[in-house]
Amino acid sequence: MIELRNITLAFGSRQLIVDGSAHFRCGEMVALLGRNGTGKSTLLRAIASLGRLQGGSVLVGGDELSTIAPYDLARRIAFVNTERVDVEALSAYDLVAIGRSPYTDWAGRLTSHDREVVERSLRLAGVESLAERSVDTLSDGEYQRVMIARALAQETPAILLDEPTSFLDLPNRYALCQLLLDLAHNQNKCILFSTHELDIALALADSIALVDTPHLHHLPTEEMVKSGNIERLFNSDNIRFDALTASIKMR
Amino acid sequence: MEISRHRRLITPLLFMGLALLCVVLAIADMLVGTTHLSLAEVWAALCGRPYDAHHATIVLYMRLPKVVVAILSGVALSASGLQMQTLFRNPLAGPYVLGINAGASLGVALFTLVTPLLTLSASWLLTVGITGMAWLGSALILLLVMALSRRIRNINTILIIGMMLSSAISAVVGILQYMGTEESLKAFVVWTMGSVSTVTVDQLMVLLPVVVVGSLFAIVVIKPLNMLLLGEGYARSMGLNVTRSRRLIFLSTTLLAGGVTAFCGPIGFIGLAMPHLARITFRTADHRVLMPASMLWGALSMVVCTLACDVVARQGVMLPVNTITSLLGIPVIIYVVLRNSHRQ
Repeated sequence: MIELRNITLAFGSRQLIVDGSAHFRCGEMVALLGRNGTGKSTLLRAIASLGRLQGGSVLVGGDELSTIAPYDLARRIAFVNTERVDVEALSAYDLVAIGRSPYTDWAGRLTSHDREVVERSLRLAGVESLAERSVDTLSDGEYQRVMIARALAQETPAILLDEPTSFLDLPNRYALCQLLLDLAHNQNKCILFSTHELDIALALADSIALVDTPHLHHLPTEEMVKSGNIERLFNSDNIRFDALTASIKMR
Repeated sequence: MEISRHRRLITPLLFMGLALLCVVLAIADMLVGTTHLSLAEVWAALCGRPYDAHHATIVLYMRLPKVVVAILSGVALSASGLQMQTLFRNPLAGPYVLGINAGASLGVALFTLVTPLLTLSASWLLTVGITGMAWLGSALILLLVMALSRRIRNINTILIIGMMLSSAISAVVGILQYMGTEESLKAFVVWTMGSVSTVTVDQLMVLLPVVVVGSLFAIVVIKPLNMLLLGEGYARSMGLNVTRSRRLIFLSTTLLAGGVTAFCGPIGFIGLAMPHLARITFRTADHRVLMPASMLWGALSMVVCTLACDVVARQGVMLPVNTITSLLGIPVIIYVVLRNSHRQ
């Protein structure tokens, strides 16, 4: 669904990825890992056409990214960022309905089909009961699920999420990633999310994309664990990655 | 199902109630003035069958234009205030944040400074000059902000630049006032007080189409505004051409707030406060409801302010409309700010 071909990515004058390639398919949940400041967000933004690549190309559904019109791209990729939007008196239902924008008319009127999609999206994300709540009253966990429902309402084959698990407590982190995994497997979505939750990513993700400046590795989770890249990047004076149990130990 | 029930039942009732109130107060405003007129006399004059030619002049050339200007300015200021608040995602943004008032006041200050030198005597030339220069000033400042915003991604940077520009211009206006003569200073101060009753029928014929076109733009950007509620990143990821929408919103604001400021002077707090009243009463963030609701609240508030001015004027006290709009708008703003701080 999303193919990166020999991309070069930079933040200002700092080179983040040079000649990186990867292929993210539908029906697959991919965790994007990397240390702080290695360019996970920059990469996601570039794929969503919110930022620019310095070289190489991105193919979305077989077409070169730069040739896809904005409204067309909005029907192929949905994006969920880390920013919390607190709008007074905006109901979760209305927020999810804004996700229908690529399909609605000039005034943004919802057809009965749009309403069905909004209701199905709320159901899939498990937030039907929050539909009438104002978004500024939601907890961080509830909010993140509503934002995922909005992305689902966009009816795109691919969903990109920038650190969707930050600000959530441990059970909520697992629950959210399980939700993403279900969406990938049952709804045949291509899910790519950046995260710092090494253990959750290794336990649930189908494959791992690892930013190892200036390289980008993309391997199925088991192979990534065996590759030794994770130890090399994440081991420090305080912690150690155990490849056998795929878990973090204190030194 | 709290919000949806509110929407289905209360929203149409609110719209009808507010519109009715607006019409009643507008009629009341036409009855109040130095010449006592009854409802029947006003109605007869409006229908073109006046009891007295003098009444017809008062009703058709003074009171009707005044009420229409009040409604237009309320609609225009609130519609542009709502657009600014959503675009900048800042509840304290209003039409003035882009430097509209500052630009207009610079134009007027320059004009009033220069006219005594040109020894222009015709009063119509003075009015045209003040209006034209006010508009030119606000449009130029807005063009400047727009040109800067083309290079700037972060909308809050534009907000800061707009406010800094306003302050710099106020300083320049201060210098101009110091250099001006007594008459030019007086002409400037009169303009800053704001007034809906000085707008003539001829001027109204210019203001009306300007506000109509500006409002059409405001309606066109309803969907972009809804998308912008989530921020520019989300709006772009949903396919919105943010640069184009920003331009449309700025254009709408120049026509609406710039036009009203040019003809009526800087009218404060209506554009800032009325979108909040619309949000509080209609309990929605959807601009398909919020835009007409803000316009309606704006019209109603300006009619109330003019009515208050006229009632006080009967006692012989001529208050500038700006004082009333401030007294009406500021409590609303304080309420909103306090409410937001309670919730956090």
